[in-house]
Amino acid sequence: MSDVTRQIVAPGVTLTCANTDKFKTGCMSVNLITGLDRKTAAMSALLPRALRRGGARHPDMRAVADALDELYGARIEPIVRKKGEMHCVGFFADFIDDDFLPRGENVLEKTASLLGELLLMPCTRGGLLLHDYVEGERVNLINDIRAGINDKRVYALDRLLENMCSDEAFGTNRLGGEAAARAVTAKALTRHYQRLISESRIEIFYCGAAEQERVASALTDALSSLPGRGGGETGSDVKLSPPSSGPRRFTEALDVQQGKLAVGFRLGECMKAPNYPALMVFNAVFGGSVTSKLFLNVRERLSLCYYAASSVEKHKGIMTVSSGVDFSKFDDALGEIYAQLDAVAAGDISDWELISAKRAVITSVKSAMDRPAGLEDLYFDHAVASIKFAPDELAALADSVTREEVASIASGVRADTEYFLTGESA
Amino acid sequence: MKLKSYETIREQAYSDRLPNGLPVFVVPKRGYNKSYAFFATDYGSVDRRFKYGGKWLDTPEGVAHFLEHKMFDTKDGNALTSLSANGASPNAFTSSDITAYHFESTEKFEENLEILLGFVSVPWFTPESVRKEQGIIAQEIRMTEDSPDHAVYYGLMRALFRHNPIRDSIAGTVESIAEITADTLYSCHKVFYNPSNMALCVAGDVDPERIVAIAAGVLPGEPGERPGRDYGPDETKAPASRETAAVMEVSQPIFLIGAQADGDRSGRGLLRLELTGSLALALLAGRSSPLYMRLYEAGLIDSDFSAAFESSSGVAYSVAGGSSRDPSAVLEEFKKAAAELGASGPDPELFARVKKALTGSLLRALNSFDRICYNCARGYFRGFDAFESSDILESITADDVSGFARANLSPDDMAISTITPKKEAAN
Repeated sequence: MSDVTRQIVAPGVTLTCANTDKFKTGCMSVNLITGLDRKTAAMSALLPRALRRGGARHPDMRAVADALDELYGARIEPIVRKKGEMHCVGFFADFIDDDFLPRGENVLEKTASLLGELLLMPCTRGGLLLHDYVEGERVNLINDIRAGINDKRVYALDRLLENMCSDEAFGTNRLGGEAAARAVTAKALTRHYQRLISESRIEIFYCGAAEQERVASALTDALSSLPGRGGGETGSDVKLSPPSSGPRRFTEALDVQQGKLAVGFRLGECMKAPNYPALMVFNAVFGGSVTSKLFLNVRERLSLCYYAASSVEKHKGIMTVSSGVDFSKFDDALGEIYAQLDAVAAGDISDWELISAKRAVITSVKSAMDRPAGLEDLYFDHAVASIKFAPDELAALADSVTREEVASIASGVRADTEYFLTGESA
Repeated sequence: MKLKSYETIREQAYSDRLPNGLPVFVVPKRGYNKSYAFFATDYGSVDRRFKYGGKWLDTPEGVAHFLEHKMFDTKDGNALTSLSANGASPNAFTSSDITAYHFESTEKFEENLEILLGFVSVPWFTPESVRKEQGIIAQEIRMTEDSPDHAVYYGLMRALFRHNPIRDSIAGTVESIAEITADTLYSCHKVFYNPSNMALCVAGDVDPERIVAIAAGVLPGEPGERPGRDYGPDETKAPASRETAAVMEVSQPIFLIGAQADGDRSGRGLLRLELTGSLALALLAGRSSPLYMRLYEAGLIDSDFSAAFESSSGVAYSVAGGSSRDPSAVLEEFKKAAAELGASGPDPELFARVKKALTGSLLRALNSFDRICYNCARGYFRGFDAFESSDILESITADDVSGFARANLSPDDMAISTITPKKEAAN
């Protein structure tokens, strides 16, 4: 069983430590958290990529790659996450646990030190981040933003949220916008870097076999040059209701074989005092599991699609549904999605559906604890949402959710925006 | 039960064979919440022409995958939903060479295992349920038709191979699945889903003897026949075509370079070939290779670029790809670096470091129950012990790598598949 501690290691810097010896690897993440902002999102997303190119002691990709190979293929990768309207950027590292290696390798300390170097001791010239690194990664970032179109399922959801939240911070893509990315210069990124590194709230996570003292000491050494900070407040602005005139509809045509349907909902009333376990069970009943109403009706009963699934963004209070359907079946699928939501709201949920949904939630929470990256994501999510209960408690609470609680959440949910990706000849 | 211990990786595996021919593997994992079961048949999308009971049979593209979807139907309902309702998270997949059904659960593991073994061994198909599934799978096929990764991969397979059914999409086509009937499914189930053609692997905090007893209790007692397979005439090393291209809604060109590889197709020799190939590709085009650095700094690739060695159903091949503004420039550099690796061998220091990194990544894969069970079952079907990977990797030399490059990465044998953006193509 993992033993989890949380401690403040410096003002505004928190370390969460999950101690377990069941894995063969350890993992570590350092996250700088700021409010998601259309103007700076691209710069924030670019930052860890530019820093990853090299630090003071390992000044280029060659030196970084050699050092990582030498650490038995340890990995340090840029990480950019959007949690509600919080933008979280930094590095995620994973490495073989010292127990499996010859004595005295100290892979934990060495990986932490390299991560600290990349984050805090970048290559600079005249006080600015290296132009070549910023420029190279700026082009890569623009390519990645554009590559959003390659996976049509993800693209449809991105376009849905851009349209639905066009005047909210949440409408900003995790990677930022292309125009903003184009405008980034080494000078602007350096200024942004200095601001982020000295002002943003920092969450550090470790999971592995090393005891907390050893981890804290490795990280304190690695991050010793981190300036003190206030630890500014961040959060998500939750909009409860959609436009009163009914859902807005956006349609776009591309040269594709299959239509994509994406619907965005506001979770509404339930976000005033969110009951997270009940939200998870509601999602599993409606469309988040293979026993859900969407799976059993839109796919199995009507054979309209290969997938029809819902997903809840608990920080922002939004639910999305996405499905891939024939162009001629948009209205059939949409009608069925709304009908199933009405059924949940009316409490038309069988014992079997409710129990199955709970089992799906409990299994997913518990099995996330069996993967280092699963634990990282779970605790990170909790840290940014200020959820206080441990995964085991979350599982127990999910088990006690009632039909009425699920129906009551559904009855406050309102469709806000519909997005259709259709074919050019359709 | 036999118990084998692997010192370097600190793993153990229990194994046994039931009287019906089914091998059972149990990998104990202490301290985990979940346990995982993986029940696989040596039946992939490429097994379209096979010999059973002395007769050769031909089947349409996509049957193995169609069968995988339909197996979840039971006389009383659907096993996917029963398992899920019982706290398991079940799933299944069909690859070019195997079909597998698996679940993980944090409670009622033995009960769920009985459900798994039961539904996979007892077929239940009706004309109506087959018709319904044709609608669902048609949408799955349409979805993959819009996937550039899918298109670039099959483009390469068609460039490299002339006959092997690996050229065709796993799910088949909307037309080919229309030919599938309940009878097709029953006969393919009979041929490939007999215990002698299957394997059961379990990982978790479980009692190995109980697993064997449950399998013996649920599955049929009689052994079956291992079907013969025909993948068409032998392939020649030179590609069928050097280039294939398609136009899709993508933002910049996506490409995959490949070349066929000679060598063993089963046994320890195949495992050694796979590891030698992986090491060679990491040295040639992995993230610490000089080629990767050069291409990255020139802005010809980004961090999505990757290289790997694959083998399946009578074929083996190297692949490398990603996205690039100029795939042909990447191909030229790749060819040069491959020739150089064959002629001069890897830099000794780089060789030692990359081998260390690959050792680490084999160890990392042992965190994943899915990976452990998949490797275990596939190793059994192909005649090797996947847990020996780390020891075999240790014995691979720089000369093995340059020999691999000379034999299997000759510039003349390479092909490239490219997906071009629609906007660019129009200009």
